[in-house]
Amino acid sequence: MDLSFSPEDAAFREEVRRFIDENYPENLKGKLDEGEEWSKEDYLSWHRILGRKGWVAPAWPTEYGGPGWSATQRYIFSEELARADTVPILPFGISMVAPVIYTFGTPEQKARFLPRILSGEDWWCQGYSEPGAGSDLASLRTKAERDGDHYVVNGQKTWTTLAQHADWGFFLVRTDASVKAQEGISFLLIDMKTPGITVRPIITLGGEHEVNEVWLENVRVPVENRVHEENKGWTCAKFLLAHERTGIAGVARSKRGIEKLRAIAATELDGDRSLIENPFFKRKLAELEIDLAALEFTELRGLAALAAGKPPGAESSLLKIKGTEIQQRITELTLEAVGHYGAPWFRGFGDSDNEHAIGPEYALRAAPTYFNMRKTSIYGGSNEIQRGIIAKMVLGL
Amino acid sequence: MDFSYTETQTMVRDTLARFLADRYDHETRMKISRGDGWSPDIWKAFAEELGILAAPFAESLGGLGGGAVENMIVMEELGKALVLEPYLSTVVIGGGFARETGRTDLVESIIAGGVTTAFAWAEPKGRFDPANITTSAKRSGSGWTLSGHKAVVRDAPFASHLIVTARTGGGQREQAGVSLFLIENGAKGVVRRDYPTADGGRASEVYFENAEVPGEALLGETDGAFPLVSRIIDEATTALCAEAVGVLRELHRQTQDYAQQRKQFGQPISKFQVLQHRMVDMFMEAEQAASMALMATLKLPDPAAVSMAKAKIGKGLTLSGQEAIQIHGGMGMTDELAIGHYFKRATMIESQFGNTDWHLQRYEALAFGEAA
Ligand SMILES: Cc1cc2nc3c(=O)[nH]c(=O)nc-3n(C[C@H](O)[C@H](O)[C@H](O)COP(=O)(O)OP(=O)(O)OC[C@H]3O[C@@H](n4cnc5c(N)ncnc54)[C@H](O)[C@@H]3O)c2cc1C
Ligand SMILES: Cc1cc2nc3c(=O)[nH]c(=O)nc-3n(C[C@H](O)[C@H](O)[C@H](O)COP(=O)(O)OP(=O)(O)OC[C@H]3O[C@@H](n4cnc5c(N)ncnc54)[C@H](O)[C@@H]3O)c2cc1C
Repeated sequence: MDLSFSPEDAAFREEVRRFIDENYPENLKGKLDEGEEWSKEDYLSWHRILGRKGWVAPAWPTEYGGPGWSATQRYIFSEELARADTVPILPFGISMVAPVIYTFGTPEQKARFLPRILSGEDWWCQGYSEPGAGSDLASLRTKAERDGDHYVVNGQKTWTTLAQHADWGFFLVRTDASVKAQEGISFLLIDMKTPGITVRPIITLGGEHEVNEVWLENVRVPVENRVHEENKGWTCAKFLLAHERTGIAGVARSKRGIEKLRAIAATELDGDRSLIENPFFKRKLAELEIDLAALEFTELRGLAALAAGKPPGAESSLLKIKGTEIQQRITELTLEAVGHYGAPWFRGFGDSDNEHAIGPEYALRAAPTYFNMRKTSIYGGSNEIQRGIIAKMVLGL
Repeated sequence: MDFSYTETQTMVRDTLARFLADRYDHETRMKISRGDGWSPDIWKAFAEELGILAAPFAESLGGLGGGAVENMIVMEELGKALVLEPYLSTVVIGGGFARETGRTDLVESIIAGGVTTAFAWAEPKGRFDPANITTSAKRSGSGWTLSGHKAVVRDAPFASHLIVTARTGGGQREQAGVSLFLIENGAKGVVRRDYPTADGGRASEVYFENAEVPGEALLGETDGAFPLVSRIIDEATTALCAEAVGVLRELHRQTQDYAQQRKQFGQPISKFQVLQHRMVDMFMEAEQAASMALMATLKLPDPAAVSMAKAKIGKGLTLSGQEAIQIHGGMGMTDELAIGHYFKRATMIESQFGNTDWHLQRYEALAFGEAA
């Protein structure tokens, strides 16, 4: 048993760190701290830089353009990205649809879509959830009917993240309503510019436009855009659930979040001391750090098992539940730390009046981020659903 | 013991509830929030149609003969409808100061709806301690000159007057040396930076840049205003607790309604026991909050009771707000549904006039002594 990383791993970390240092775009540094949001161009610019280096898809097999890293190297890589607070690499293309394509797709599909995902030419969105099918995803009703060598798709998807930027979407649609729900679903790749698709914004609690409704009206999709066999879409979806779990715990990002929180608490005054010296607040920070350590070592145990060749199991549900609880707690304590300055709503400030600034910069996003992060225990399989999975699959209840 | 309302109190509650149901639905509220942040018409109706601005004042002051209980009743209803208009700032706080300093004229103007006040007490580095004041007031001729910066002054963008704590003596965190001023909003040397708040209201950073105010701006005693300030903040905190009760009741009610309608896996999600128990917790938080708001109201001016109530209710607000969103699923995350706005108001109340930790510590100090 050995806790330390090997010298090779340490050297790898050094290499990654240096690359980020030298290549992360100057104009993206600290952007969120200043109250701005990531734009489409922000996401893409970092995606392209990593893409050119061959590092944008750490988990892909080398034959499709992956770097051939070990699980440990992938872990180190994601830690370093988080440490540097980089704009995230969105999962929809790289870690969601691509693994489905290279696992179940035809050679033509692989050749057509994978290079464009790597290069960032195509922006992908995930069209699973519907107004009536959230936690009970298998009850989805958007239907696809065969018409020659096309499917005609009708229905409505919702909560589709960043669909407003998307070139392509991967959709779960009903192709057979006469069988058990899970057995009548197919996995379609749909060009978002196809006539009949309407994308409408949904504004969320922090005031952001992150999710959308996607309406599909007689949308014609070539049959060649179906991945895997007809009515085998649920297999793809389930494969993806098991696959998309690396990094789900968000340990490295949470470490960074706690670092920032510590800095805020050391700056904020509480009478004649700083807030971090307040025993109540210090205790809460300590508990948070302990929870994060427990999560980190749970993840590392999984990583070690994975490295030893054991398949990933339902423990990913544990990582998702505890990871999101910690992420939410960080935002809650950040809002608490900034005191009165959690109240001003940053979207209201038209000008920038430096002489009469409204509170410290780090307070600008405290409330909207706290509100926004409530989503993490809802999406990706809610934490109730995840607990249900552990009860059933792990405990055998 | 008798916790029942008098006939008049019941009438105040019922007419206000009916008025808000008719004239202050969520859509109207959001329109007001996105507009000026308050509605002078609604305020006028509070004064003239409903008369609630007179509710907590003695008859000798032109009021309806009520007091803190009336504030509690009104605030709970305002909480249920997420009312933005400045009853807390004006009637509870402005009216409280006016009553205690014998300013009958001011009470009358508040009751009539002509004067609205915002209370400028917090400072950027003072956290929740109302004695942590650096804003200064110096004598100049027959008046005063004010300098300093007040943080997040709720309702300041539209209030007709500001009530300001300033140091006329003593050191930064001393209770002695605090004085209170009533200043016309927009007076020379008073600079405001206005903005919306996370819960849909309005606030300002207020800067006093050698603002000259007349001698009669002084409210109460020179140097000796702190006990009064502290008392009125306790009254305001108590009224805020009552508002929280209204918010908590709605968080629970709306969540339960939603869970009973929303179907997944072929049944209403309210049938899942995990969700049932959490809605029970939300219900229990609302009930305990009602008990604590009542306790604090009846025990005024006991500061320990106020801090007990605020600490207890603060925890309930956090729990119920988060559960409400969680149980709503994705719908809870939308700006469109009312529930998110209750969650936001709940979050803001938690830290207004001192957050849960602040009041826990204050209670500890009062109950176990400073050394504890
Ligand atoms: C910000 C955001 C981004 C999203 N992005 C995408 C996206 O890009 N693509 C996409 O397809 N979807 C996306 N989603 C949708 C997300 O996956 C769903 O919100 C999620 O599956 C929950 O479904 P629901 O919102 O319909 O809630 P519901 O399923 O109605 O759940 C409501 C509540 O009931 C609970 N519940 C439901 N069933 C049970 C049960 N059996 N036992 C106990 N409790 C239960 C839930 O846990 C929740 O608390 C996103 C959601 C959000 C909020
Ligand atoms: C100190 C003591 C004094 C008692 N005195 C009396 C007495 O004076 N008279 C008398 O008649 N009985 C008495 N009882 C018995 C008591 O009423 C039972 O213990 C109680 O009803 C629980 O039953 P059980 O012990 O069989 O546990 P179970 O019913 O087997 O419960 C085990 C666990 O399952 C949970 N559970 C059960 N059903 C559900 C459900 N539907 N949903 C969710 N969770 C569930 C329970 O909450 C508990 O955590 C006493 C018990 C104790 C411990």
